[in-house]
Amino acid sequence: MRIVDLRARLERLGSGVTTHVWRLGFASRFLAYLVLHSGTALRRFRLTIAEIYFAGVLSLIIILVSGLFVGMVLALQGYETLQRFGASESLGVLVALSLVRELGPVVAGLLFASRAGSAITAEIGLMKATEQLSAMEMMAVDPIARVVAPRFWGGVLSMPLLAALFSAMGIFGGYLVGVQLIGVDAGAFWSQMQAAVDLRNDIMNGVIKSVVFGIAVTWIAVFEGYDAPPTAEGVSRATTRTVVTSSLAILFLDFILTALMFTGGTHQ
Amino acid sequence: MQPIVEIRKLAFAYAPAHPVLRDIDLSIERGAVVGIMGQSGCGKTTLLRVIMGALRPSAGEARVLGHDTRTLDTQGLYAMRRKMGMLFQFGALFTDMSVYENVAFPLREHVKPPDELLNDLVIMKLNAVGLRGAAHLTPTELSGGMARRVALARSIALDPQLILYDEPFTGLDPISFGVIVRLIRNLNDSLGATSIIVTHDVQEALGVVDYVYFMAAGRVIAQGKPDEIRSSSEPFVRQFVNGAAEGPVPFHYPAPAYEADLELAA
Repeated sequence: MRIVDLRARLERLGSGVTTHVWRLGFASRFLAYLVLHSGTALRRFRLTIAEIYFAGVLSLIIILVSGLFVGMVLALQGYETLQRFGASESLGVLVALSLVRELGPVVAGLLFASRAGSAITAEIGLMKATEQLSAMEMMAVDPIARVVAPRFWGGVLSMPLLAALFSAMGIFGGYLVGVQLIGVDAGAFWSQMQAAVDLRNDIMNGVIKSVVFGIAVTWIAVFEGYDAPPTAEGVSRATTRTVVTSSLAILFLDFILTALMFTGGTHQ
Repeated sequence: MQPIVEIRKLAFAYAPAHPVLRDIDLSIERGAVVGIMGQSGCGKTTLLRVIMGALRPSAGEARVLGHDTRTLDTQGLYAMRRKMGMLFQFGALFTDMSVYENVAFPLREHVKPPDELLNDLVIMKLNAVGLRGAAHLTPTELSGGMARRVALARSIALDPQLILYDEPFTGLDPISFGVIVRLIRNLNDSLGATSIIVTHDVQEALGVVDYVYFMAAGRVIAQGKPDEIRSSSEPFVRQFVNGAAEGPVPFHYPAPAYEADLELAA
């Protein structure tokens, strides 16, 4: 009996692994097809601009407000620790590096996945469920080129801009709390930040992270929408999967990228 | 003249053990309005998907507009579909576009006419279905019948040679139904097109079609002109045309004995 149970469990495990590997392969082929058929999205760039508005501009409020509060909390917590070592003037450095290297891309990515990623999945999934994608195919229009590709590029282009705005707003929040509220010297706050933050090692690495997160989140969002079963439940599950998978992907990729970028003592 | 759709010994199965279509022979002449009828699940929508090239036959041949659909690549398929129009069951209008933009969509994608010509074409198509005044509305502001008419205007935007209708009468009130029936006939005749209507609304469809293929369990079991179908002695057709609860199609889905399910002693 136990051997039978064990065998059944192994079979279920094997089946689950096979399904996930197959789906990953399908998603990869989908991405390759999408990139190769992006001509319409790039030639008729207004289609992509409309998606930048949808994914980027409409996400601005949540990104800016969150960035402001994250920066303010960072300043409060950072000051508390730095003052113990008599280094409260370094508050600007701590806030800026934390945001530019890490919190900007990661938190903006997580918010982007929740706000724009889920909306992209739901929209494409509902278009599929209501036969809008089939109708497009019947009109000899490739839905991946016409619907999916503009959304993909809109998301990919929006994400680094949103991360940059998140970081900028966070630094402003840190300034409000650190300089205006606590009384850290404004000159020290800005000058130390300017001296310590490096364009290539800090800002560019942060930008690279946000680009990678943008690709990952938007890829997951468009794929889940396109692959969603054409039912209310199917679209609902796909939307949930987008948020969960995107969030895990961001945290995993963040670890990999951080390990590649900031180890080995190349940066002080 | 060569038929616009010619199907010979066609079979289709999603899995080899479960054939959906078997041994289908069908020939549709240019200019005709043809009905493919049968109960839900008999394979008529699958047959329509084979005709539009969305599914490839497992066996046999399907020639549509002179193309063998088995051999078409994506470009060939899209070239064929530019000569076809399709009305989906619930219209499948693009919900992020207005009525005007929906009708303009295929023209913008394929013809790219100047704005003035585009405007004239869209207004003419909307006028043909009686909805010129609704051009500014969005699909969510339309009734079911109006949505179906807008979808019809969109499907004829490129003046297709072949128009496919998937359950065009579902959920329509009597007035909308009458309007759609008249439009199908009038548009087919005025455009010089050919129409294929897939439906289970037999009585309604018999009033508009020239010829009928009747399907059951993946096969064509009867065919003929509407009067021949009405007077058919085929038991399945009779049950369907008369809407009888009992006949070859039983009222009950296959199940164990009633007493056994109720746990009653024999």
